Amino acid sequence: MAELKQTPLFDQHVALGARLIPFGGWEMPVQYSGILEEHRAVREAAGLFDLSHMGEFSVTGPGAYDYLNRLLSNNLGKLRVGRAQYNLLLNHEGGVVDDLLVYRLDDQGYLVVVNAANMEKDWEWFQEYLPTAGVSLINRSAQTALIAIQGPKSEEILSQVTTTDLAAITYYSFEEATVAGKEVLLSATGYTGERGFELYLDAAEAATVWSELLEVGASSGLVPVGLGARDTLRLEAAFCLYGHELTEETNPWEAGLGWTVKMDKGDFIGKAALQAQQGEALKRKLVGFKLLQRGVPRQGYAILNSRAEEIGHVTSGSVSPTLGESIGLGYVTASQAEPGNHVWLKIRDKAVEAELIDLPFVPPYNKR
Amino acid sequence: MTPTDRKYTREHEWVQINGKQAIVGITNYAQNELGDVVFVDLPETGSVVEANDEMAVVESVKAVSDIYAPVSGKIVKVNEALQDNPELINSDPYKDGWISIIEMSDPDEVDELMSAEEYADFTEGE
Repeated sequence: MAELKQTPLFDQHVALGARLIPFGGWEMPVQYSGILEEHRAVREAAGLFDLSHMGEFSVTGPGAYDYLNRLLSNNLGKLRVGRAQYNLLLNHEGGVVDDLLVYRLDDQGYLVVVNAANMEKDWEWFQEYLPTAGVSLINRSAQTALIAIQGPKSEEILSQVTTTDLAAITYYSFEEATVAGKEVLLSATGYTGERGFELYLDAAEAATVWSELLEVGASSGLVPVGLGARDTLRLEAAFCLYGHELTEETNPWEAGLGWTVKMDKGDFIGKAALQAQQGEALKRKLVGFKLLQRGVPRQGYAILNSRAEEIGHVTSGSVSPTLGESIGLGYVTASQAEPGNHVWLKIRDKAVEAELIDLPFVPPYNKR
Repeated sequence: MTPTDRKYTREHEWVQINGKQAIVGITNYAQNELGDVVFVDLPETGSVVEANDEMAVVESVKAVSDIYAPVSGKIVKVNEALQDNPELINSDPYKDGWISIIEMSDPDEVDELMSAEEYADFTEGE
């Protein structure tokens, strides 16, 4: 096995007593004090995440817009300077190569943020379609750190180490800012369903910003949060996770991500395949469920109907720390995907009853 | 500290012997490795188990862990409190977090298990 990579905050994680696990080729903190405690801290106060394993590509030049708009599913024409956009990178069959964020830095400059486990695959993909002139593509993953602060107290805590007017940074917008004396790209984005920010900065300055935030935030309840709680938080918010809800075989519509695919924007990779499927009914659909009996749903468990016929499988599942119930996401046959339907999960040798429910499980902060 | 009034397995279960009865649970080391326990799939009272059989399943947020019967016998009691409070395994693994009581069919099997001192050495090497 190849050696695991370490983020610029690795020493901080060790000093904080984190439990480290391999994730997408990186040695990452899965928890510090405990997943449930960290999860609750983000819902009630704030949490600090090291996401420096994520990949960052810089795309600039007069051809950048056309290049990205042909590579990605969403309409880059709608993306204004200072805003971020959620996007899918599709293959020629219309399957999902990765889900990613695009930041528009200026007229001809973009920052693309991809999943850590997909970074090398994406990088090859981006290089393959790079035109011979007009676009400069640079992989900045190694020198870019990413720190997220998420939770209802995140704005109050961050305001102690920056003069930037945080209230003016609305969801999915960003600004160049100085945080703890360091230059960062400060973005009001996240993966928790809470108000929060993501800070992109030079890897060499990550430790300073991380430590200062933890210090000023401690009295407000800020704690470091690992990948374990990051997963339960995103599941409650019903955000898709690559490798679970999204794979190269996933069609964006069945994943509920049709809103990211703009069939009327001009040609893009995957469009032709999706066009051919557009007239057909969906075969399966992503659904949310909660268990009506005790148990914990896990990825891969079969989903059965009342006649014990397999109608799908679980893609993600956990006990929801916020709701105190067992919840999950999975794909089921489209005709049986109605909220209110009862299904059964095959957990070891038992069939455990569950009910399909509306998503998300926990509404995002701006819809409560 | 590892309680000295009981025996231990390589799978990180403990067994406290009371006559023919063996109270079974998982060790502090095991609960710490698992993290927050959110569900315990208890065995059926009255079921018969062989030593090293899968007896129960303890699930944390991230992990699913099989619990093996340290000795052979009949399950005569299970800790129903774990249904509503699985976190007892984290907070009190050696007492309130016990899992089941086995009426032993072959009490000699206990001799095969590790002492507290041996178990402490064993986990140091893990």
